[in-house]
Amino acid sequence: MSKTRLVDQLDSKFFEEHQNKLYQALEDKHTTIEMLDEDDPLNTKMVLNMGPQHPATHGVLRLILQLRGELIEKAKVDIGYLHRGVEKIAENKTYQEFMPYTDRMDYLSPYSNNVALCTAVEKIANVEVPERAHYIRMIGCELARISSHLLWLGTMVMDAGAVSFFIWTFREREKLYDIFDHIGGHRFTISHARIGGVANDLTDDALAMIKDFVNEFPQELKDFHGLLDRNKIFFDRNREVGVLKPEDALEIGATGPTLRASGYAYDLRDFSPYARYDEVDFEIPTRLEGDNLARYYVRMEEMHESIRIIRQCLDKLPKGPVRTDNAKQAYPSKDEVYYSMEGMIHDFMMTDTGICPPEGAETYHAVEGPKGELGYYIQSNGTGHPWRLKINSPSFKNLQALEDMLDGEMVADTVVIIGGVDPVLGEADK
Amino acid sequence: MDLELSDTLQNTVDKLSENFADSFVKVYQSTGDTFILVEPHNIVDICRYLKEELHYIYLNDIFGIDRFTTEDRFEVVYNLISLRDREKFFLKVRLPEEEPVMDSITDVWQSASWMEREVYDMFGVKFNNHPDFRRIFMPEDYNYYPLRKEFPLLGIPGSIELPNSTPDTE
Repeated sequence: MSKTRLVDQLDSKFFEEHQNKLYQALEDKHTTIEMLDEDDPLNTKMVLNMGPQHPATHGVLRLILQLRGELIEKAKVDIGYLHRGVEKIAENKTYQEFMPYTDRMDYLSPYSNNVALCTAVEKIANVEVPERAHYIRMIGCELARISSHLLWLGTMVMDAGAVSFFIWTFREREKLYDIFDHIGGHRFTISHARIGGVANDLTDDALAMIKDFVNEFPQELKDFHGLLDRNKIFFDRNREVGVLKPEDALEIGATGPTLRASGYAYDLRDFSPYARYDEVDFEIPTRLEGDNLARYYVRMEEMHESIRIIRQCLDKLPKGPVRTDNAKQAYPSKDEVYYSMEGMIHDFMMTDTGICPPEGAETYHAVEGPKGELGYYIQSNGTGHPWRLKINSPSFKNLQALEDMLDGEMVADTVVIIGGVDPVLGEADK
Repeated sequence: MDLELSDTLQNTVDKLSENFADSFVKVYQSTGDTFILVEPHNIVDICRYLKEELHYIYLNDIFGIDRFTTEDRFEVVYNLISLRDREKFFLKVRLPEEEPVMDSITDVWQSASWMEREVYDMFGVKFNNHPDFRRIFMPEDYNYYPLRKEFPLLGIPGSIELPNSTPDTE
């Protein structure tokens, strides 16, 4: 048999060197399997390029699969199609200016991203946050988690074949968008958190809407459970599919629900509590199977826990200011800006120079985003701009796990597995 | 400088300075996080020791820093977590501006693969013995390292080949 190289068979037009190296890497992966490479008279072998415009890949994810019939022999993931260089942008912006960019990182749960950046800046610059702001942030983060998990649920079930489900989860997400609209004035990219607190207090309308949602949503969740838990098609498509064994999960660096579905109860809300998570009760759902069904159960239970946390936050919500009253550390309130000269000067100074952490300080702070550990490392050089800002994004790490999970699966399960891992490319590509 | 180390971290620092005396440089703290600076040549052994003896089993992140100094310009930081002791710390190495090369720790943690590729892509730090050493975000044809400080914010015009925006006209 004259075995031609992959590189020669596939003719690439753009970024020739990039494509060639990628094909080469696919050919080199697990070189031991190459021994099986016998004569292939039925031509069952092919290389399938999936993405970056594939609708089931949740964004611009590109997969290169080497198939043998319907079996994926090996897979490579190519990311970077949404690389915008936000870390470079961050080095040229003040901390507050950079915050709207974090909305566009994990665009399915902008609130968690805002809070992650703000908590990191507060840690490095030693800013006190008022009690009420902590609770408002927790409510926002948990709503964002539900919103993100609802999108995952809709798309994952749609990938498994049930399109109508997508519409039901989006009906619930619509309610969340309305709540966010009332909280911060934006439906999608909220940018509600501020360094030193949040932008504005919850209005009575917003509070009433959150209460309604918390009362109604458990019934919806129950309906979702009723539809899927004993559904044979859903069960068969997800059980023992995309298995990530507990012993591999840490090794390959999985995080968030993907890690918890493989048996590790690693949740930052419990591991190193931030905001006021140490004052509320909640469970960390885990499963041992590590397959797609386990991830489904973990995320569904997480939504239950989120509702529980929001209920407790609403009960405990203390009265008081929502932003620290120190003009050197946070924006003054709009009342002050409009009616006093000092307020206006402070507002200008915050916009122009921003908050200046001590020179040479370094910090890392992470929050538990819906996808996993979302951390910000900041190094300051004493000015209003960070010297280095590194985002530790959960999707990036989970995608790396995906590359190994796909080996040996069926090609039809690819989209289901991607749905189960729930990556967001805006975050993975930075 | 006074250090406020927890028992676990104190133990880690003691063991490291004992067993890797020639690599250990210093330990310092900043805003509550602990950073241990070591020499790069022994990094694989240090990481294996940390993972197997001291239970830092989870590699959370690897990232680079451009200090923009004449000596030891680049830093590579490893974020390690011990789930048993609920503790984390940062292991740092410094590399020179000319030929920043160090050993890959993919033998110790498989997850280091993509993270090291990201450091290479953004800073040009090369890793020996890496199983799949390619760029990760930027295409292979790209000749620059964007997160280095000398790289302009707006990019370098013409450095990246873009598809024809009006395909019909060719």
